[in-house]
Amino acid sequence: MLDILEKAALHNGLVTAFAVVGLIVLLAGQISKHLTFGRVHGSAIAIVIGLALAYWGGTQTGGHKGLADMSLFGGIGLMGGAMLRDFAIVATAFEVQPLEARKAGLIGVVALLLGTVLPFIVGAAIAWGFGYSDAVSMTTIGAGAVTYIVGPVTGAAIGASPDVMALSIATGLVKAIIVMVGTPVAARFLRLRTPRSAMVFGGLAGTVSGVSAGLAATDRKLVPYGALVATFHTGLGCLLGPSLLFFATKALVG
Amino acid sequence: MIIYGTALLAACHLLGIFIGDLLGQLLGVKTNVGGVGIAMLLLMAARLYMLQHNKLPKLTELGVEYWGAMYIPVVVAMAAQQDMVSALRGGPVAVLSAVAAVAVCAVVIALINRAEVVSPESPDAAQLHNPLVAAGE
Repeated sequence: MLDILEKAALHNGLVTAFAVVGLIVLLAGQISKHLTFGRVHGSAIAIVIGLALAYWGGTQTGGHKGLADMSLFGGIGLMGGAMLRDFAIVATAFEVQPLEARKAGLIGVVALLLGTVLPFIVGAAIAWGFGYSDAVSMTTIGAGAVTYIVGPVTGAAIGASPDVMALSIATGLVKAIIVMVGTPVAARFLRLRTPRSAMVFGGLAGTVSGVSAGLAATDRKLVPYGALVATFHTGLGCLLGPSLLFFATKALVG
Repeated sequence: MIIYGTALLAACHLLGIFIGDLLGQLLGVKTNVGGVGIAMLLLMAARLYMLQHNKLPKLTELGVEYWGAMYIPVVVAMAAQQDMVSALRGGPVAVLSAVAAVAVCAVVIALINRAEVVSPESPDAAQLHNPLVAAGE
């Protein structure tokens, strides 16, 4: 019996993922309603449950894709992978009020630039503080503080060592997770209420995964505005990281 | 027909990614530059055009809105496949740089957003168009 059930789930990965995620969302909704009396958003709890399952999956398999590395939950990898994630993000563009987006366009671009340069400076400075004082290592770790994709792309371009690359990716991952979990908590402090504020957030908080999950857990209505800006983050980072930011770092530390 | 909406979404998605890849190649970067953002702009433009020409029936809209409503479940699945173990094993350099980078950005976000003049109608400006999401709230 159990064998047949397992086989059915294995052969229908994506369908299993729909059922599993539905169950997580249901559970999160109940926790939100009965344990926090609606104070914590159901989607915030669902995302935290997802991250906890990812940790559990990672310790079980030793892989890098959380729950998706367990063969039974392989469909999660497809459902939450870049293809469907981007498809769903693009779909939210249907809800954008073009006037609002245009009004905040310039400040969005400014936020995007600041969101690349500021984390880079902070990351590179801390790397220097820990003894990674050569320009290549500082740039790679600083780029990791932008997003976990900018880090390795930059590192590969300027020839960083594998352990620095791993450090850079870890920095970006920790950042994404902090943004996912921290956004709903800090929403009041960040004044995250209007389309414009969501676009500023999308530019500065960086990483599509962090912003998309953080806004989903805070206020679903703000998602398209934040995503519109955040999706340019990785591209800009990969553009500036191995060029301008690397040369600037090199000029500073030699 | 509902597939028209989903096909429109897919076409915008693909075209956006294509332009993003092209842009990346032109700029000499090894990655896609803003493909998803470009796809969003394309879809916004397509929606406006079709609205103005009365070519956007409810069913076509639903073909897009379903995927917009699937957004949060997809994000939950995305969370479930993060590399949590590597992130937590990154050690003090990774944790400290990430925390400090987020803190600095958070302060800048708060500063910029505090400067925003919120007019009385502004909070409603992000009105939900997606009836499938609105029904769940």
